[in-house]
Amino acid sequence: MARYLLRRTAFLLGSLLAAAGLLFVLLRLLPGDPANALLSVGATPEQIAAARHQIGSDLPLPEQFWSWLAGLARLDLGTSFVSRLPVGPEIAARLVVTVPLTLLAFTLAVVVAVPVGFVAAWRSDRWYGLLLNGVSQLGIAVPVFWIGMLLVTVFALRLRVLPAGGFPRDDWADPARALTSLALPVVTIALVMSASLVRYVRSATLDVLGSDYLRTARALGSSFAGAMWRHGLRNAAVPVISILGIELATTFLGAVVVESVFTLPGLGTMLVEGIAEHDYPVIQGVLVVSTFAVLVIGFGADLAQRLVDPRLRAHVGGGRP
Amino acid sequence: MRGRLTFTAGCVLVAAVLLVAAVSLVWLPYDPSDTTGGRLAPPGGEHLLGTDKLGRDLLTQLMVGARIALTVGIGSVLVGGLIGVTAGLLAGFATRWLDDVLSAALDIVIAFPTLLLAMLVVAAREASLGSAVLAIGLAMSGVVARLTRVLVKQVLTQDYITASRTSGTSWPRVVAEHVLPNIAPTLLVNLALQLGLAVLAEAALSYLGLGPPPPNASWGRLLQEAQATVLTAPTGAIAPGVLLVVLVVGVNLVADGLRDLADPTRRRSR
Repeated sequence: MARYLLRRTAFLLGSLLAAAGLLFVLLRLLPGDPANALLSVGATPEQIAAARHQIGSDLPLPEQFWSWLAGLARLDLGTSFVSRLPVGPEIAARLVVTVPLTLLAFTLAVVVAVPVGFVAAWRSDRWYGLLLNGVSQLGIAVPVFWIGMLLVTVFALRLRVLPAGGFPRDDWADPARALTSLALPVVTIALVMSASLVRYVRSATLDVLGSDYLRTARALGSSFAGAMWRHGLRNAAVPVISILGIELATTFLGAVVVESVFTLPGLGTMLVEGIAEHDYPVIQGVLVVSTFAVLVIGFGADLAQRLVDPRLRAHVGGGRP
Repeated sequence: MRGRLTFTAGCVLVAAVLLVAAVSLVWLPYDPSDTTGGRLAPPGGEHLLGTDKLGRDLLTQLMVGARIALTVGIGSVLVGGLIGVTAGLLAGFATRWLDDVLSAALDIVIAFPTLLLAMLVVAAREASLGSAVLAIGLAMSGVVARLTRVLVKQVLTQDYITASRTSGTSWPRVVAEHVLPNIAPTLLVNLALQLGLAVLAEAALSYLGLGPPPPNASWGRLLQEAQATVLTAPTGAIAPGVLLVVLVVGVNLVADGLRDLADPTRRRSR
């Protein structure tokens, strides 16, 4: 396990470095010099040169990459062209919205999807099993922002029980108010996430229900619940956990779009604004933080899967992490 | 035969959207940029589904939207499929170190969330039809490549490959005669699912204002524009969403049906 952990950590660090490199290269392919964005039309060549020097885009590319990496290591993500404020603290302020949104939506999705997926598989021949399966089929086809729009229309505009958008200026100073403003976005993301999660839980449960070991346990006198508890759940959990990591990353991504529906000051709206304003340090910073988050989530999911499934631990050091 | 039923239902839904898109090429009720209809006219009368807040005919916009959704969906599957299958074949056949390098590269590409990668491409280029196709295609190529690699590795362990090689068949012929035909069914099912995801990704990009600009009416942008007037003109906020769901459900059903039809062992278990 120690050796695996070492290998997997080395792989994580390598991926972080490669992802940073890839982002850097892709963003240098952007048309035009970032310095132009700093200045209004009609700047003199001297002003442009000064601006280039200020943000360092007059240096050779390897040097730029190196200073950017060094900045990353010090958690310095540069300064926004538009607001002239450092990007790092701004991202931290935005994460106060995006992280709770993602985690709440993910938890709600798992809490809903696991029992629903189980019932959809266990009673796959009854009308309600078929109905649950049909609803999840429909759910994976619905755009997440449209669900958000419809929920706003019903609960904010018609019934007026929840706010249509925005987030308290003082963040979590009043937790009840902050939670109220996150209620609709959380439900929006959770609905869409649980639809796809139900399908994974259902298919994992179907595999277990049709397995020889469960039939043997039943033949040896175990009750259905006992056999499921002792043998079924753990086996069904393995594929589901591996998918949970991807789903958590997808929830985070869902947050990017849903924040725009509810005008939440999160990482997603920051990225959309950054792209609209050609604010390169902002785009770069948000993408670095989100990609790192996704890579770290994948790392965590791999470790969790090994803890649940002893078969994966048997081949120590073998195979790709 | 659940597979056949699913497949037929999916084909009907997809065909309906295809038909709308085809008709939009030869006939539209109004010009897409005609704003003489009066703002937010209710459904019925001269404008069957009413007009939007700029006075454009909603039915016309929806018909053009079908074309855009299908163009971006199919275009990005072609881009993503071509890049993904090529990279996957390379990794599948590669010797150990090249396979390791390619697999690690794929893991990193896949770690970029699809929509973020697409937004990055749009930021690097400009919001246009081509950008959307390229962005979504590139973003899906990692997943396609990883699947292709796994499938190729599986096929290569089969005895008939060894037999074919031993009897002197060249690698290119082995790929054409044994590898591709054997991985094609699973790959096609996955590409069909990717088509549905691509349509949703285009809608999301357009909703965020990063999709194809006007006069390319995208369903995602129509929804974004209708959001402010959802109480006074609900049709505009509902119709594009319904069409998106119809198309994506249709594509998913076709994929599910194809999978059941291609794999006889799944037919009984469902």
